[in-house]
Amino acid sequence: MKPDLRNNRDFIAGLLFIVLGGLAVVLARDYPLGSTMRMGPGYFPTVLGGILILFGVTVLLRGVRSGDQVKGVWGWKPLALIALSIVLFGFLLDRVGMIPATVVTLFAAAAAGREFRFKEVLLLAVVMSAFCVAVFSYGLKLPYPLIGGYY
Amino acid sequence: MELFHNLVFGFGVAFSLQNLAYCFVGVALGTLIGVLPGVGPLVTIAMLFPITFHLPAVPAIIMLAGIFYGAQYGGSTTSILVNLPGETASAVTCIDGYQMARQGRAGPALATAALASFFAGCVGTLLIALAGPTLGEWALKFGAAEYTSLMLMALVASAVMTQGDAVKGLALVVLGLLVGVVGVDVNSGMARYSFGFPELVDGIGFTVVAVGLFAVAEIVANLESREAREVYAGKVTGLMPTARDIRDAAWPTVRGTALGACFGVLPGTGPALSSFATYMLEKKLARDPSRFGRGAIEGVAAPEAANNAAAQTAFIPMLTLGIPASPIMALMLAALTLQGIAAGPQVMLDKPDLFWGLVASMWIGNLLLVVLNLPLVGLWVKLLAVPYRWLFPSIILFCCIGNYSVSNNPFDLYLCAIIGVLGYVLVKLECEPAPLLLGYVLGPLLEENLRRALLIARGDPTVFFTRPISLAFMIAAVLIFVVMVVPARATRRRT
Repeated sequence: MKPDLRNNRDFIAGLLFIVLGGLAVVLARDYPLGSTMRMGPGYFPTVLGGILILFGVTVLLRGVRSGDQVKGVWGWKPLALIALSIVLFGFLLDRVGMIPATVVTLFAAAAAGREFRFKEVLLLAVVMSAFCVAVFSYGLKLPYPLIGGYY
Repeated sequence: MELFHNLVFGFGVAFSLQNLAYCFVGVALGTLIGVLPGVGPLVTIAMLFPITFHLPAVPAIIMLAGIFYGAQYGGSTTSILVNLPGETASAVTCIDGYQMARQGRAGPALATAALASFFAGCVGTLLIALAGPTLGEWALKFGAAEYTSLMLMALVASAVMTQGDAVKGLALVVLGLLVGVVGVDVNSGMARYSFGFPELVDGIGFTVVAVGLFAVAEIVANLESREAREVYAGKVTGLMPTARDIRDAAWPTVRGTALGACFGVLPGTGPALSSFATYMLEKKLARDPSRFGRGAIEGVAAPEAANNAAAQTAFIPMLTLGIPASPIMALMLAALTLQGIAAGPQVMLDKPDLFWGLVASMWIGNLLLVVLNLPLVGLWVKLLAVPYRWLFPSIILFCCIGNYSVSNNPFDLYLCAIIGVLGYVLVKLECEPAPLLLGYVLGPLLEENLRRALLIARGDPTVFFTRPISLAFMIAAVLIFVVMVVPARATRRRT
């Protein structure tokens, strides 16, 4: 069996650890190291980055040897939509208010599901908006505009 | 006698109207999310966590605790009636619980699960009351070196035990420690890994990490596969177990409680592993092991006792040492920290109302849960009809509002989305993100204590091995690693 590295589970995991560890070490070069007795701000992260690279190499090599593939499919579409719905909420809340942000977020998140039924989501949006207004605005008194932005 | 005095004091705190109300809200919510598959206590606590800022410390922690152990009760209902684990900790309960339901004995199965959980909950609560003060007094003697070693041990244990792969677990701990480094270094005042964003100077918020790693990743992973849920159609009749059931379930409950209580204290194990281990133990001890898998009542009583006992005793290291044994305890610790309470041995002395109030509330909570879960079981089953496609957008929405309300800054949500992507990738690569969260929570504490210990020892790293308590933790860390990794290696070579 010719192992496919592009979908090799441990190969990717190892690579991820090496990249993140490397990033940590490189960025930490700007921070003074200090000595073991008086550690500077760079000491702890540099050591951690180094250890992470070592673990990454181990995991990567094991992946090459075993050739285990990632199980199932990558759910890029739901992932993108869920991430988008979160970003949209943050972007919209202080621009257009809590109710529009709630509706948009619910629609974006619901689109990530396997079934998207417009009427159901609309109903959900109405119910959740009412719930959020009641709980967060009146109950917990969070100071967000319901409709309309700060600006 | 002092214990008695303290417990009376605790009940006085817990029986205040406010605390009682929050205890009820917590356990009811815990049962709800326990019943619903795909919604766990971790995500729920992460979601509600920002709301607790608006509450005083005692009711806040009572409510969050209630969600956690309440979920252990609720999870068994789904396992028995739907053959789907409502919680991971109830996964093994499916095996015999669902068989009992198919044989028309759903009622006794549910009752056994609830009563075994209640017994375990009472014992677990008592253990906290007994062990807490002793352990706390002992921990007062800890210096920086002891704390460093203790944290190392906890991190190693969580890395090795949460999943089969020790190297990945350790890598995740290190990654978590690095995430914890982000922000101002307390000693030098230097901002580390802030990438020029003023928002990152304060460090990455706890809810941001928890929601991203667990809520987002879990929801996306759930959306990959088709939703299949089949609710047991038959009516639940005759709740009470027979005398024979009680006799059969009694010892397994006690054994499950004992094993669960031990597992709860250990870092990285928690309710899920304890229920699984207990099931295996009961199967070995049984005179007729073939009954297991065909509706053996021991297979319901023992794991349910174990997961609830573990859920209670998990509070011991968090409350007395300030060291969380699981991601959920890490959340509790963070909730306390944000309330301005430094968890650790001083809590019992400085805030006796918190410690004893929580202990007493747990006992009340367990009692409430039996009432909530037995007569009202029909209500929870109806909730299973709520489809996941309504649930997950609502969960995302609450996560967003919760996250935003921490610092009223959209940046937190952008960061949360990024961490969510990372969390999902990690899940797909079979890197269980729990050790990452523990590393992130303990990171700043570990660095602080490590620096202090080495400063006191004038840069001599042998300090961790010459002080006896510290040495013991180090040896324990190595032992845990060896015990867990060597057998795994051996089996891998054989296959």
